[in-house]
Amino acid sequence: MTNWAKIPDALARYGTGRPPDEPPRPDPESLLDVLQGFVHELRAANLPVSMTENLDAMRAVEEVGLSDRALLREALAATLIKQERHRPVFDVVFDVYFSPFSTGIDGGPAGPDVGDDDAVEPGPGAPGAPGGGAMGELTPEELAEMLLAALMSMDADAMRRLAAEAVTRFAGMEPGRPVGGTYYLYRTLRRLDYDGLLERMLSRAVDAGQLGDDDLEQRFAREEMGERLRKLRDMVESEIRRRLVADRGVEAMARTLRRPLPEDVDFMHASREEMRELQRAIYPLTRALAARLAQRRRRRRRGHLDFRATVRHSLSYGGVPAEPKFRHPRPSKPEIMVIADISGSVASFARFTLQFVYAMASQFSKVRSWVFIDGIDEVTSYFTESGDLVEAIHKVNTEADVVWVDGHSDYGHAIEVFHQRHAHEVTPKTSIILLGDARNNYHATQAALLGDLRRRGRHLYWLNPEPKGYWDSGDSVMGEYAAYCDGAYECRNLRQLQRFVATVVDH
Amino acid sequence: MAERFASVDDVIERLRKVDYLADPSIAGVVYLADRLEKPILVEGPAGVGKTELAKSVAAATGARLIRLQCYEGLDESKALYEWNYKKQLLRIQADREHESDWAEVEADIFSEPFLLTRPLLEAIRATEPVVLLIDEVDRVEIETEALLLEVLSDFQVSIPELGTITGAQRPIVILTSNNTRELSEALKRRCLFLHIDYPTLEREREIVRVRVPEIDAALAEQVAQVVRSVRALDVKKAPSISETIDWARTLLHLGRHEVDSRTIGDTLHVLLKYQSDITRARKDLGVDGPPAVPLKR
Repeated sequence: MTNWAKIPDALARYGTGRPPDEPPRPDPESLLDVLQGFVHELRAANLPVSMTENLDAMRAVEEVGLSDRALLREALAATLIKQERHRPVFDVVFDVYFSPFSTGIDGGPAGPDVGDDDAVEPGPGAPGAPGGGAMGELTPEELAEMLLAALMSMDADAMRRLAAEAVTRFAGMEPGRPVGGTYYLYRTLRRLDYDGLLERMLSRAVDAGQLGDDDLEQRFAREEMGERLRKLRDMVESEIRRRLVADRGVEAMARTLRRPLPEDVDFMHASREEMRELQRAIYPLTRALAARLAQRRRRRRRGHLDFRATVRHSLSYGGVPAEPKFRHPRPSKPEIMVIADISGSVASFARFTLQFVYAMASQFSKVRSWVFIDGIDEVTSYFTESGDLVEAIHKVNTEADVVWVDGHSDYGHAIEVFHQRHAHEVTPKTSIILLGDARNNYHATQAALLGDLRRRGRHLYWLNPEPKGYWDSGDSVMGEYAAYCDGAYECRNLRQLQRFVATVVDH
Repeated sequence: MAERFASVDDVIERLRKVDYLADPSIAGVVYLADRLEKPILVEGPAGVGKTELAKSVAAATGARLIRLQCYEGLDESKALYEWNYKKQLLRIQADREHESDWAEVEADIFSEPFLLTRPLLEAIRATEPVVLLIDEVDRVEIETEALLLEVLSDFQVSIPELGTITGAQRPIVILTSNNTRELSEALKRRCLFLHIDYPTLEREREIVRVRVPEIDAALAEQVAQVVRSVRALDVKKAPSISETIDWARTLLHLGRHEVDSRTIGDTLHVLLKYQSDITRARKDLGVDGPPAVPLKR
């Protein structure tokens, strides 16, 4: 096990405060300790790091030294992570393990050589102590004013100092208190009136005559200010993290900050930010999946022996059937019908899965979709007409006619109506996918109708966003439905969804 | 290699001399690749300058660029080496009259003069400085990737008839991928990983100014701003850097010195290539309304 006490020590000795003309020669042993702890934590966060990569990281650190924190970050990232979507998790772990410790580093506010955002941050001394001395005497109004000025002129050093000061004053951090960093972050931002800052910056710019009333100009200004505010937020966040590490120690902190990878985020409990990350992940993932599946289909292009062609071809070998010929199997793309519960509890899962399926539409010969709560409505046209998934999903939410009686999920009724209207359209080419948690609010299940749909179609699958352990508890009737499905799958994250789609296209 | 990089700043400076603006992360990884003698795997959206990076590194170090363009169905006879069987056949036929020993003929026809070198072998055997670019490596099948492994880790090629050929030097190797599929662990393990994203506003502005020297600073700034706006929209294909540059050139040719919404509306098709994207951007940027001049498409 790693000796955690050594980490600040090693960093202090080889770390941050040295002049660049005296390249620090990291002592292999203590460096090894820091890196091992770091890699250990990466692995604990589910990032695959192999032995070779670990050794490469060592060599890379020997090359770049520890004096430039931004460079160190890039060097470790280049050697240790091989997928961009793992980068956010990596960055958090990096911030925790290589946060500038107060011990042994030239203290005081950022020096003159600190230029870019990611440079070494020789923050204020002890956690909780006021930042740059004189700042402690500022009134809150003066502080807000200085912050606004720093944001307007994009003075990164000043912003960082003010962020530190704001954390000291507003976060109300208490040693040993078991609260996550997010709590402190929101407290600090609320007191800074973070949400109002954008408008204030804009009106300030208008007053100063830097900004006209042209729509386009205003839009650009808004984007620029938004960018700066995001930087400020990052600074506040990393300042809080730095102090938490100093308070609780590296290992404990890393554990609390551990975040799931995008592919492991639970649909049902995703925060709004995580949901956005997932949305961004859809396109690349479906593209990758489609490419792989198309390739597999092509390679499997060996059908039954084509006797006629083989005999005919044998003539060129003097009647010896030297080269057997095979039939090309007909390219069979499945036809998909998606039926999704979009009631509150599972709405985000349904929307997400619909988007995923439609992003993969080229892999299927036809995709049709229905949504329901207690009434059911076909929404295929929303997707095919606009060609824009986001807009289509918006329409599904606002225009689809899904409420029949009271707006509580009624799977039985939905299945009954679907069966009545569309059962004759289900052909042996059709795969039906049902999405939902099967929480039926104690209505009749109509499970037998599912059995009939399954007989008519090729496959019938059920995707449930709840953990398998919760199935059949309370008003969940998953088991009853599952008996009539070719497969009922737990589908809580992108990884499981991807695996499922690959299976459907294959069959 | 004579012209190694001395420091990260040296990388930035020398790339800048060949008109490539590297951000600190790109420069850092290039420096490391040079030092650790490891290949770089560059990933990122289309049109952010991945291939350009390889070309620029070659130009900056005064090395020859050897390029292997990957495609589905690439095999070792196209990537590594092939025996020149026509020449071998001629040699055998020519020998019938002399009646020489078969063992001798065999040794002869599997020797260097009968070997056709393909990009990978060429890079290994080169004596002058080279940069090896393996472009769009995600296009080959996962089984073909294995071909590359020996080259990437040891910079050598084993030819059964000749033995193992090891490179005299370790050139910089750059692989690019558009991430259409996940590359194998084995390949990734052997590489340094670099993700290049769309540039920041400042970097894009500088790129425009470097690549379109006639442009004035204010227009370059506006160009970068519009492009950032458009990229923030949810479009199918966000504008690449080369499209930004094309757009800047278009504006110059049209004699515009300022970007207003009318100009954007008229020239949006240079930045965006899908009709649905153009419609969307028009609506969102408030440049709706019929285009002043119907543009031929």
